Amino acid sequence: MSSGIHISLNAETLFHIGSLPVTNSMFTSLLVSLMLLIFAIIFRTKFNARSIRPTGIQNFAEWLVEVLFGLVHSVTGDLKKSRHFFPALSTFFLFIILNNWLGLIPGVGTIGITHQQETYEEVLASESEQTSFSEIIQPALAATEEVHGEAATGPSTTHSVFVPIFRPGTADLNTTFALSLISVFLIQYFGFKYLSFSYFKKFINFSNPINFYVGILETISEFARIISFAFRLFGNIFAGEVLIVVIAYLTKVLVPVPFYGLEIFVGFIQALVFTMLSLVFYNMATAKSH
Amino acid sequence: MNTDLAIGLLMGLGVVGPALAIGWIGSSGLSAIGRNPEASSKIQTAMILSIAFAEAIAIYLLVVALILKFV
Repeated sequence: MSSGIHISLNAETLFHIGSLPVTNSMFTSLLVSLMLLIFAIIFRTKFNARSIRPTGIQNFAEWLVEVLFGLVHSVTGDLKKSRHFFPALSTFFLFIILNNWLGLIPGVGTIGITHQQETYEEVLASESEQTSFSEIIQPALAATEEVHGEAATGPSTTHSVFVPIFRPGTADLNTTFALSLISVFLIQYFGFKYLSFSYFKKFINFSNPINFYVGILETISEFARIISFAFRLFGNIFAGEVLIVVIAYLTKVLVPVPFYGLEIFVGFIQALVFTMLSLVFYNMATAKSH
Repeated sequence: MNTDLAIGLLMGLGVVGPALAIGWIGSSGLSAIGRNPEASSKIQTAMILSIAFAEAIAIYLLVVALILKFV
């Protein structure tokens, strides 16, 4: 059992606060938020608005802001809009890219705790009375964690579950779904802010049958955006994790290195894609229709 | 055993579309760069973005396959 690959589609619970289960991806995204916060605080203390030649952390932060603002401004072409969109978009970008890259650090996904899962075993033990044990344990184990489920070591009920402490937040569908919900909500918010009630003419329009039908399609596409945002990010990052685990399991040293390079690239591209798509959608929602 | 066949078919057949799309994007991007080499950095950015979108469709399949396999 210990030789198998550890792949779990959903984030595993580390501990409980009251009745709220804290999963490893929640823990890691909190860590990422903390890192960003600490960086901001350090920057704030070192910040000197009058320095002609900024050095060190101020240089880096100014470069970051400049590049991101340039990206936003190149699409909107309107300083007022850019100033409105910039905070949310840069937050998306930094949060996602840090989460993606955190998953590539050695130790993330391998350092963990093992604990016994009693409730799960009780279910197994009671079920094994009706059918043969090996038939039950194989799919049940495959469902929880194992790829190579050669675990039929007799009906012993001590089954230890390995739970990694760190798991990148974007490799959990809950996080990416929350991000995409925020992004799609912001589309509506900016659209309403810039066009007030005429924004909703896009969705509900009785002027003629074609416009009415187009409005229905627009409404559906708005919901499709939530799903496509969430699954694109989650799928890419989770597939990257699985790819690296499988390659590292099948081969020896040095072979996974190019895949690490690929995953660093994919992590950057996906953060950029999320940001750019949100930006284009905000820009489209705030543009005057004609 | 049925799900194994389903996963194989899903990935094998479903990946055809994104593969064609990525190939097409790459070829038209390269011909655009060949025609207008000064704009290569802009074209490259747009090309990589479009490839990411085409790839995302294959990733949807992969997610479905992983769900079939592990859930």
